[in-house]
Formats: sequence, structure tokens, C-alpha cells
Amino acid sequence: MSELTLAGAITDALATALDKDQRVLVIGEDVGQTGGVFRITDGLLGRFGDQRVIDTPVAESGIVGAAFGMAVAGLRPVAEIQFMGFSYPAYDQILSHVARIRNRSQHRFTAPLVIRMPCGGGFGAAEHHSESTEVIYAHLPGLKVVIPATPYDAKGLLLAAIDSPDPVIFLEPIRLYRLVREEVPDGYYTVEIGKARIESEGTDVSLITWGAMTHEVREAVEVLSGHGISAEMIDLRTLRPLDEDTIIESVQKTGRAVVVQEAPKTAGFGAEIAALIGERALYSLRAPVERVAGWDTTIPLKKAEHRYMPTTETIVAAARRTMEA
Amino acid sequence: MRNILDLEGRLVGEAPIDIDTTRRLYRAMVEARAYDKKGTTLQRQGRLATYAPLLGQEAAQVGSAAALDPNDWMVATYRDAAAMWMQGYPWEVLFLSRSGDERGGRPPVHVDVLPPSITVGAHMIHAVGIAWAEKLLGTSRIAITYFGDGATSEGDFHEAMNFAGVFKTPTVFLCQNNGYAISMPRERQTASATIAQKADAYGMAGEQVDGNDLFAVYAATKEAADRARAGDGATLIEAVTYRIGPHTTNDDPGRYRDPEEERAAHDRDPVERVRRYLENEGAWDGDWEETVQAKAATTIERAVELAESLDSPSPADIYGAVYEEMSPDLRRQLEGIES
Ligand SMILES: Cc1ncc(C[n+]2csc(CCOP(=O)(O)OP(=O)(O)O)c2C)c(N)n1
Repeated sequence: MSELTLAGAITDALATALDKDQRVLVIGEDVGQTGGVFRITDGLLGRFGDQRVIDTPVAESGIVGAAFGMAVAGLRPVAEIQFMGFSYPAYDQILSHVARIRNRSQHRFTAPLVIRMPCGGGFGAAEHHSESTEVIYAHLPGLKVVIPATPYDAKGLLLAAIDSPDPVIFLEPIRLYRLVREEVPDGYYTVEIGKARIESEGTDVSLITWGAMTHEVREAVEVLSGHGISAEMIDLRTLRPLDEDTIIESVQKTGRAVVVQEAPKTAGFGAEIAALIGERALYSLRAPVERVAGWDTTIPLKKAEHRYMPTTETIVAAARRTMEA
Repeated sequence: MRNILDLEGRLVGEAPIDIDTTRRLYRAMVEARAYDKKGTTLQRQGRLATYAPLLGQEAAQVGSAAALDPNDWMVATYRDAAAMWMQGYPWEVLFLSRSGDERGGRPPVHVDVLPPSITVGAHMIHAVGIAWAEKLLGTSRIAITYFGDGATSEGDFHEAMNFAGVFKTPTVFLCQNNGYAISMPRERQTASATIAQKADAYGMAGEQVDGNDLFAVYAATKEAADRARAGDGATLIEAVTYRIGPHTTNDDPGRYRDPEEERAAHDRDPVERVRRYLENEGAWDGDWEETVQAKAATTIERAVELAESLDSPSPADIYGAVYEEMSPDLRRQLEGIES
């Protein structure tokens, strides 16, 4: 066991995978010498060499396209995109090729690669550095979309992603990178992709979230408990394939649901959860499903960013509205 | 521009292959032309979806593919059926692909030819990644990618060339400059004097060849493949050819080019040029031609029959190819459709 941050757990997972499987390699901008802008790949170049830890030109489409080719040819590349907001030049590669090659070739060719990208805001960064566009990836058949919220999950999910026979978009909430430390097992273990985690059980209302918002939702559970409200917190961990049953069973039990996302509200992934509850648990509901989300605006820059973000207070207020309905 | 066979089929340089091989490649070009003609006919009859003819580009495709090793990788486009077939992609699977059937993207296991790329430009970098992987794995396999003059305008062309240059990947970039990208002439794609010269900017070898000259294309590709295998990096070959047919069966070239230009293109016919060469060499006669044509026709008929003997894919087939294992949410959807 080691006490690791979420960032440290990802580094540990990469080192573990590079060590375990010769086919694994890390590829991206500045991942070698400097260890990446968030230092996630720090130390890997020295340990594994420049054939396994590859610094590339600044070219996201090239990185993903080349990693795709490597995966087709039998390697297990882990590509790093510096920020989610810079993943869009590679979006065509991801949508048109990475996600589709299994379908296009009827299993004859596959692209088992992982594309890591730091995501989310709340730290006053420059424009384009605070994006939460997970839904544009979760919408694509053929991709798996994973977003860990704890150091333990981060390591286990990344190792599972690298082992996955299908391509995985691995989202890393920047705000959580160094927020807490947690005991993380040494060596190899995996956390199953496609399984949500019930962080705390409750009977009155289900709070469903993922990524950095787990932090505010966790606080909201505490506050609600002070008001005598028993909230159940679900951290989805995987957006696609979605663990529908865990969500539905929870809502059937509590009869109330609040979906919390950092992304803008309209057509966000929270809408998918609300629709799912409408389809499969409508008659269990005792109140309308609440969505707590970012504004339907571009995420504001540093000075106004905190006003955009869902907070513990807005989450508590939404949960209380469901209790009063 | 490299040229070995002139329009009359006379050698103006050294033949890179012997007569037997030339006869074999002639047959291949005839078969490719039979496939192509069939493709257009079947589309008119509603038996294929859109079809993109390769008429006039037989030498560029057959000549380049003939210079590869059987287990080399190929990443090509909707117009490159002849090259793909040369590398082992069966005609019937190509017909399946054109008929709107996902199984048309699935060549036999030993054939490492990716399904034809429909998006213009994005696939070139795949041949860079594949070749790079082979280099890292220490094999002698290389990857070739086919694309048109239009594709060189896409940003991904730059990224592919740049990566191949920086990492010296064993990749052959085979550009068929067929004069047009749908309606846009080559001059509208780039102000460069040639496409081949772009190789300079990426620090790799580049060469323009007569793309209707089987020998020139073969020789240039062979050299590029040898260079790649020797660890000396990638090559850009610009094969100058002409798209005699429409862009696809939905296109009307009369809207943007002079029919006279198409007629003139027949004088540069790549198949006829090799036929004349073989005749000059005493290796062609009318009887043999009849056999070659008849054999090509039966092969293509048989491929059509095979392709058309399959039922349409079922919902389970489609759902079954999203992930290695069907996820519970997809299974639930599929059950809803099937019930
Ligand atoms: C990214 C993309 N943009 C546009 C198209 C539509 N389109 C199909 S073929 C084509 C022209 C391509 O020309 P070129 O690369 O010269 O190849 P050719 O068709 O002449 O073989 C276009 C614009 C496409 N398939 N993909």
C-alpha cells in the first residue's frame, strides 16, 4: 500500500502497465523529458526509455491517429492529450476511426488504445483549459468513457482501460489530481469498467454524479444528513457503458434523484441519466428529477468561474426541493 | 517525372520486371478493369451503393501494390480496389463493401489491409502508426497508404507526413494525382509546382512518376519499400494519372471538365500501354488476350455471386460489433428491437 494522490495513482498505474506488458507505450506532447504538464508521466522516460515513452510534435490528430495505427498493429498505446479542451483536433480520429474500426471491419481490426485527458475547471485556468465535454465522447458507440474520482479507482480503472480490448477515453478531473491522498495497493489490480460505485448509502434521495463533482456531492451528503435527509451518493466512474442497473435500483429505493454535473446543462450527460430514470423508474419517483449543472454558457474565466460551478449549497437545495415536492 | 514505358509501349528506361511478371500484372490490370466496369453496371442496376470508378488508374494501383511484400500493411481509400485486391483483399469482399454491408470491411485473417477509408485524409496517419509499431516491434513489415491529390489539402496529411519524417517510420505515401477531387482540379488543391516536392519540407524522399506507366510506378514503389525496410524512413510518391470516369456514380463530370480532355486521356491508357509493350516483345497475341479477358469476366461474375449470396446483416450482427463483448445497455436495446 502507498498513500497516493489521484495524480500519483495514475503515474503508478502507467508504470505498472509499462512494467507488466511490453506492448504498452506512452505517447503525447511533453510526456517524456518534462513528465507532462501535470507531471503524470514524470520519471517514466528514465525508467522505460524513449521507445516506450514518446514525446511527439504538437499535433493531437497525429497523436491519436498514430496511436490508433499502433493499436491496430498490436501495441497498447496510452496517448495523452494535454487538456480536454485540446482534444478536438483529434475528434475526427476518435469518432470516425478509433470508435468505429471494430464495426467497420467486423472485429477483424481493433484499436485497444487509451486516450487520457485532464478535464474540468475550478482552478482559474486560461481559456480552453477547464472543459467538461465528456458528453461528446459518451455519445459515441464503440468507445468506453471512464472518469475516476478517487486514487484507488484511478489506478484500477486505468489498468483496466489499458487491458480493455476496446478504446477508452480516460478523463482525469484536474481539480482532484492532488486534493486528497488515499491508500492505494502496490502492483497490479483493476477496477471493472462499466460499474458505478455507491459511495454512501441512503434512503431518501439519490445523488448521481461523476468526476470532480463527487467532492461537492460528498459534502452535500453530510449537510443533508444534518437536516435529517438520508442521501445515497453514486459515483458513476464509467459513463459508457453506463451502469444503468445501479442507478435504477437506487432510484427505486429512494424515489428521488438529483443529477450533478459540472458541464453545461443542455444535452449534457445528466440529461441521459434523467431520461433513463424516466424510462425505467418513473413510477418510483416521488418528485421530479433535479439537474444541478453548470450554466448553459462557455465556462467563465477565473473571475466569474466560481459562480458557474455547482456548489454544495446548490446541490443541497436541489435535494431539499425533491423532499418537498 | 520518372517514365520507363512510353505511350507506344517502348522502353525509354530499364524494365524493372521480367516478361512473365509483366504478363501477370497485365492480367491483373485487365481483371481490375473488369471489376471496375462491373461496379458501375451493378450500381446502375441498384445492386451496389455509390461506386467510385478507378478506370485509368490501374497502373498506379497494380504497379505499386506489386512492389510490396505479401504481408505488408495497406491503408487505402474507396477508389483503391485494385491495390487492395493485389494485397489479398478478395473481389467479393470489395463488392460487399460497395453494396453497403459492414462485412465488406473484413478481409481474411492473413490480409492486413484496412477497410477502405471513406473520410478523405484521416487515414494516412494510420499507416504511419502501423509502420511505427512494426519498427518498434522490430519486424521488417512496412505500411503503404493510398490517397488522392485532394487529400493532400487536409490538415491530417501534414500531421501524417510530419510524424513519418520525425520518427522515420517505414511508410510509403502513394498519392494518385488523378487531376481532380470531385470537381476541383489539382491547381485548386495546392500552389506547389508538384505534390512530390512537399516531401522536401518533411525531410523525406519524394518523387513524381508517370502514374500511367506500370514500370515507373513499380520501380519507384520498390525503391520506396526498400528504403523503408532498410530503416531510411518514408517516401512520398506522386503518381500522375487521370480519373477517366466520374468521381462516383452520382457525379457528372460534364459540369466541370471538357469531354475532350477525357477522350485525350484514353491515349495515355495504362493498360493499352503494357499491351503494346508485350506485343512489341512478342509476348502478346489475340488468343491470349481472349483467354485473359474471359478469365477476368468469370472471376468477377463469381465474386458478384458470392457477395450477393449473403443475407443482410441482422440487428444482432450490428450490435455485436460495437464492443468485443456486448455491454448490458446495448443488450437491453437489442432485446427491445428483437422482441
Ligand atoms: C473529410 C472528408 N471531406 C469531404 C469528403 C467528400 N469527398 C469524398 S471524395 C472527395 C474528393 C477527394 O479527392 P482526392 O483526394 O483527390 O481523391 P479522388 O476521389 O480523386 O480519388 C471529397 C471531397 C470526404 N469523404 N471526407
